[in-house]
Amino acid sequence: MPTFRLTVNGKPQTVEADPQLPLLWALRDHLGLTGTKMSCERGICGACTVHLDGEAARSCQVTVADAAGKRVVTIEGLGNGRLHPVQQAWLDDQVPQCGFCQPGQIMAAAALLAANPDPADADIDAAMADVLCRCGTYQRIRRAIHRAAGATKGGGR
Amino acid sequence: MSASQNSSGAAGPPTLTRRGFLRAGAVAGAGLVILFRIPLADAEAEAAAALEPNAWLRVAPDGRVTVWIGRTEMGQGVRTALPMIVAEELDADWKDVGFEQAVPAEKYGDMGTGGSTSIREMYAPLRQAGAAAREMLIAAAAAEWKADRAACRAERGAVTHAASGRQLGYGALADRAAALPVPKDPPLKDPKSFRLLGTSPARLDGPAKVDGSALFGLDARVPGMLYAVVARCPVFGGKAAGFDAAAARAVPGVRDVVAVSAGLAVVGDSLWAARRGLEALRLTWDEGALAALDSAAMWAKFAELAAAPGAVAAKRGDGAAALSSAARTIEAVYQAPLVAHATMETRNCTARVTADACEVWVSSQNATGVQETAAKVTGLPKEKVVVHLMYTGGGFGRGHQHDWVVDAVEASKAVGAPVKVVWTREDDTRHDYYRPPSYNVLRAGLDAAGQPVAWMHRMVTPGILAQMAPQAVREGVDPTSIDVAANLPYAFPHFQVELTLHDPGVPLGWWRSVSASQNAFVTECFLDEVAAAAGRDPLDLRRELLAAKPRHRAVLDLAAAKAGWGTPLPAGRGRGLAVVESFGSFVAHVAEVTVAADGSVRVDRVVCAVDCGQLIHPDLVVAQMESGIVYGLSATLLGEITLEKGRVMQGNFDDYPMLRIDRCPAIEVHLAPSGEAHGGIGEVGLPPIAPAVVNAIAAATGKRVRKLPVRAEELRGG
Repeated sequence: MPTFRLTVNGKPQTVEADPQLPLLWALRDHLGLTGTKMSCERGICGACTVHLDGEAARSCQVTVADAAGKRVVTIEGLGNGRLHPVQQAWLDDQVPQCGFCQPGQIMAAAALLAANPDPADADIDAAMADVLCRCGTYQRIRRAIHRAAGATKGGGR
Repeated sequence: MSASQNSSGAAGPPTLTRRGFLRAGAVAGAGLVILFRIPLADAEAEAAAALEPNAWLRVAPDGRVTVWIGRTEMGQGVRTALPMIVAEELDADWKDVGFEQAVPAEKYGDMGTGGSTSIREMYAPLRQAGAAAREMLIAAAAAEWKADRAACRAERGAVTHAASGRQLGYGALADRAAALPVPKDPPLKDPKSFRLLGTSPARLDGPAKVDGSALFGLDARVPGMLYAVVARCPVFGGKAAGFDAAAARAVPGVRDVVAVSAGLAVVGDSLWAARRGLEALRLTWDEGALAALDSAAMWAKFAELAAAPGAVAAKRGDGAAALSSAARTIEAVYQAPLVAHATMETRNCTARVTADACEVWVSSQNATGVQETAAKVTGLPKEKVVVHLMYTGGGFGRGHQHDWVVDAVEASKAVGAPVKVVWTREDDTRHDYYRPPSYNVLRAGLDAAGQPVAWMHRMVTPGILAQMAPQAVREGVDPTSIDVAANLPYAFPHFQVELTLHDPGVPLGWWRSVSASQNAFVTECFLDEVAAAAGRDPLDLRRELLAAKPRHRAVLDLAAAKAGWGTPLPAGRGRGLAVVESFGSFVAHVAEVTVAADGSVRVDRVVCAVDCGQLIHPDLVVAQMESGIVYGLSATLLGEITLEKGRVMQGNFDDYPMLRIDRCPAIEVHLAPSGEAHGGIGEVGLPPIAPAVVNAIAAATGKRVRKLPVRAEELRGG
């Protein structure tokens, strides 16, 4: 099996696998990073969202070969040892219920805020519509993204 | 599964026949451990059960308070709400409080989590245990200080003696308290003095759910674990007729292909290898008796059966006579489809079976049932089966079955190694235990003055218990089919509900709020039709017919007032309402919708009022209302499982879509606690949403949707 080198949460990693192996499976089954979730495997639900070179990507639709040489950030590495402002906002607004989709939601929200530090509700809906939640935490997700945006700017809102 | 899944069957207070059963743990240095008993939900079983403790709490020497949780955390918040009840009576500091997941054992009884029962069954014993621990800690401090017990008080994890200003933390007192006698009937706080209950502290499961460390069933990892995928017959109940596994076995990483009850399991070193092996497997199916299942034929059969009277499930007055003498009658047919649970986490289970033991790691709503299932499959006694209950990525009722546990235990037993079975999304959608479809004929009569006098509801549906425990069906009535319908709250002098059970064979299960979900749609929509026929405002007519139902009226009035009921809306928009009692709580929703020229429906706003009796954690109640509304909107606007040639035609979120954030309405939840006994919260936000939306569509368009899900083509144009 070929070997692929990628940077995951700032650390160089080597994965020996079929080139077609989805990055999601490499993260979960090869590297033990189970925070990223598997649900639809078709790029429809967003539960597997990670950051690939700083952009939100569905790790079930990226092969390990395509991820080689790129910077991958997962929920485990988002805060770099602390809580990212999005994670803190998620706690403050008590967003998670069952919690299964939340790593994907948080990664998508963090990518949104990196690109657009003060999104309107319509921007949030457009960016977050790719990530499904069956517990219905959507309204809190909107609220928490606004809160995180306020925290990042250093002001309250 | 007990009939407590039906909300009308679970309204009674918890059994407290064994109140006062408290014991101290006897492990030196472990701190203060209180063993207590939560009565089994089934009163007869409780009376027969050994008087053994089945729950505990611990105050450790470091001051940490740990509460045993015997229920599944699936988002509803039991891992927060149950410890809060203990912490309140204990006067613990919330930052010191944690939980531990119980492992099922005989003495714990049914750990099943459903029917919105956790708080209702556990509130009283948890309070009592917390109070006992508090009294022992105070007594220990008083003894230490040689002070008057009455001069010492507990507050935020410490006991203080006001006169001398002395204070000792619970951790320092725990071992001494453990040596003291356990009070038999410790004094409980006056709810007016509660400091924690009624507030909304941070969820205890929050941190693990935002940093990726929460371990779900899917995340279980066991040394030496293999992975398995199961080829299942696309037709329910079909079996493998013949197979050729040579090509599958030749796939690198495939270890074995073994027969399991559900079909054939391909076992590999990795999920990747097992999936590749499955693709290479050649097999033919004996599709069995259900190969001709077809949705159109199912509905035709229901319609045919609805022509004849059914078993009488509820009756008041003489509905038939009242209808025939009514000045005006109206009639309508309502249909609620099969729907799937579609939890975000697909079925999965990890099992390690050896000659004399079995361990299972699983997301489930019924750890007790998992243990029984694994014991049956392995032939081991139950006490040799250890169940590790993981975080559950959505329950909604699906987690009460154990079909995927069977897959993993059988596969592990066959290959002699730990095995993780993972279902695909398509497996999960096509092999669910679905919400039953229902076909309903509604008739109502108005007298010459336009006053409603008769309500007749004839329902044809397969009953859940009729399928899984037919002995529970009495005189043709499945108690899990008739919630909200048989106990319709409106004062029709003549009233009758009839039920014909007919089972096409689709596997059925508990779907969030069970029959309240279909029946609230049917009854609350038809009530709006009665109001329209009588020329009455739907709110006014409800208020009149609910004159003897103050809790219904209170939430209805609150939701209507907050929503601005009766105020004008622009063209194309409409407002609809519904009020439903289920699982001991009362919920009213007012929905505001916009229907576009192309018939597409946007739900703009939902105003909810809820009376769940007393509040433990108000924000969890709000969250569960939001959750029930969104889950119910997916079903109202998008959800239908259809069958052709015995096969479920949907598979993934593209053809079985769910509500996404861009279609999520603004939701306002107003709490209206009545001070009555605790009601459930996990399910009760769901039943009124479909009728509120459908009534709003009728208000916006004049078109009455009587078959879910709502279809744009039926609402298109003028």
